[in-house]
Amino acid sequence: MSDASNIPTRNLAPSNSAKFRQRVLPFIVMAAIFAIIPLFGPSRTMLSLFNAMGTFMVFALSYNMLLGRAGLLSFGHAVYFGIGGYFCVHAMSWIENAETGIWANYPVFFLPIIGFAGGALAGAIVGWPSCRRAGTPFAMISLGVAELIAAAAFMFSSLSGGEMGISGDRMNGPQLFGLSMGPAIDVYWFVAFWTVVATALMYAFTRTPLGKMSEATRDNPERVQFVGYNPFRVRYMVFMFAGGFAGLAGGMSAVNYEIFTPEALSLGPSGLVLLMAYIGGIRYFAGPLLGAIVLTYMQSNLSDFSEAWLLYLGILFISIVMFAPDGLAGIIANFIRGTKAQGWIFLKRWSIGAAGILIAMIGVITLVESAVLASNGFGEVFEPFGLVHLKMSNPLTWILSLFPMAIGIVLVRHMAKLSEEA
Amino acid sequence: MTTPALTLRNVRKNFGPAKIIQGVDLEIKKGERHAIIGPNGAGKSTLFNLISGLYSLSDGEVALNGAIISGRKPYQINRMGLSRSFQVSNIFSNMTVRENVRCGVLYSMGYGYSFLRNIGKLKEVSEKTADILESVGLIDKANLPAALLPYADQRTLEIAVTIAGGADVILLDEPTAGMSHSETARAVALIEKATEGKTLLIVEHDMGVVFGLADRISVLVYGEIIATGAPSEIRGDPRVREAYLGDEADAIEGGDAA
Repeated sequence: MSDASNIPTRNLAPSNSAKFRQRVLPFIVMAAIFAIIPLFGPSRTMLSLFNAMGTFMVFALSYNMLLGRAGLLSFGHAVYFGIGGYFCVHAMSWIENAETGIWANYPVFFLPIIGFAGGALAGAIVGWPSCRRAGTPFAMISLGVAELIAAAAFMFSSLSGGEMGISGDRMNGPQLFGLSMGPAIDVYWFVAFWTVVATALMYAFTRTPLGKMSEATRDNPERVQFVGYNPFRVRYMVFMFAGGFAGLAGGMSAVNYEIFTPEALSLGPSGLVLLMAYIGGIRYFAGPLLGAIVLTYMQSNLSDFSEAWLLYLGILFISIVMFAPDGLAGIIANFIRGTKAQGWIFLKRWSIGAAGILIAMIGVITLVESAVLASNGFGEVFEPFGLVHLKMSNPLTWILSLFPMAIGIVLVRHMAKLSEEA
Repeated sequence: MTTPALTLRNVRKNFGPAKIIQGVDLEIKKGERHAIIGPNGAGKSTLFNLISGLYSLSDGEVALNGAIISGRKPYQINRMGLSRSFQVSNIFSNMTVRENVRCGVLYSMGYGYSFLRNIGKLKEVSEKTADILESVGLIDKANLPAALLPYADQRTLEIAVTIAGGADVILLDEPTAGMSHSETARAVALIEKATEGKTLLIVEHDMGVVFGLADRISVLVYGEIIATGAPSEIRGDPRVREAYLGDEADAIEGGDAA
């Protein structure tokens, strides 16, 4: 072997500037975006949307520590979000009632740390039996645990507040950074701080020996044993961290909404976070962030436009699973890669596909909206832009749904054929 | 007398009523290159899985450098200094070549389950990884995804990960299976270099590789070792010829030439 440690080919790591661009710059940009948003004087509604986004960004990233990085499909990740959140609403009332001692001096701003502890503790207990096997056994146990804990939460109402939940008041305890935590903008700064910190920490985790070994264990649990690792222990430790960061997001939510109900740790939010991570793209670190932004936006805004927004969410999810398994992040990465490599040819092909999808969407929306309004029984009729009157009995309705869908499919297939030839 | 690197005493394995390994006794000296040959279904891979801890023994015991390892978990056995490769290439397919080797290095350098260190800043780990990549000739492909490597390179990477942790007893399960002649020759040279000074136990079908590489050979037939000895002894042993039929018997006789 040689001692040629200075020969350039041996320097296998990316250059310092590449490291900065890939690993530091995104966080500076993210923090800058959070810092700039208040300059535009966002409304209360906008602020609460951003607050929800931040919380779900952290939650979805913590979920991807399991699904994307460790290959563990969990159907019950909201359990840790909920337990962390419950720890925090209880802590909020301890802060409120404490005269002296730790809680009297504990700022509400740092409640997510309590949430992290609560989530990690719950992860340590549940992970012990469930992390022994990956794959189907893990998924089934996670589902069972989610049902069990949600059911238990409804029963033990002294701890959970029953269906009414437990509420707290965030405007107590010592202030930090001059934030009384009362106005929505104060909560915004709180959410922004923790979103950036938690995202940076979870990214750092992927760069540690344990983070790398979690990927190795995902790829090949048998093989890691012959490089000295116990796959159970790797999964178990990752599971605790994922639970901890979910609990941290729960703490953010507790401070934001000042209430927690057993609903928050049930299967509903567990499914939602799965959708966020998957739609965003589990193979990319930033994927779940994108998914959280898009889905939170859809949840809060699309639901104003359409009663059928969950149906659209379903269509989006199924389309991603079938046609773009690397999610939105994968689509973006592919777009950048393609444009760099092939330039205009790629852009042309890509626009044909995009046009196809948009045209097909017109058909889908026409069909869904007319059908939903017809089945509601209120006699409402879908009238896009007040131009046409689309009753189900109107042939135009069917033309406007089926025709664009057909054109869209033809265009997308044409694009697929072009990319195969390329 | 020095302790053998690997000792198998009356090792047995039953799967239900099927007796797959029926009492194997074997002693492998430190620094020895030992090959196990035998017809398909003789139990060679099962024997590897028993030694490396993937299967539990039905009876008997295995000792590594004098310490009993049977009953221990694979990762505990690995930490005691035994590493193995797999017949089907078993690398971490979603990682790059460099990351694969680094996974092999981490534990042995004391970074185990650490979550407070930046893996990119672990100088000795990067150095060791680069050393290994250089010695197996994969340094130019270090940043390629492992799954995209040509087959022969994947097998090379498999060996690189196997030796990366510095284990002194190496088990290789058919390292040249599916390779062309020239690839096989390169693989043999690599194995000789990479296991220099270490104890090697190898399962291999290619008799040219076996007779060229091994100091001693054991013949496993139906879960029993029917002969152990130097290549010349094995070649002349009538029981071995009897166990092998047709082509393979010719292969043994012409072993050096192949």
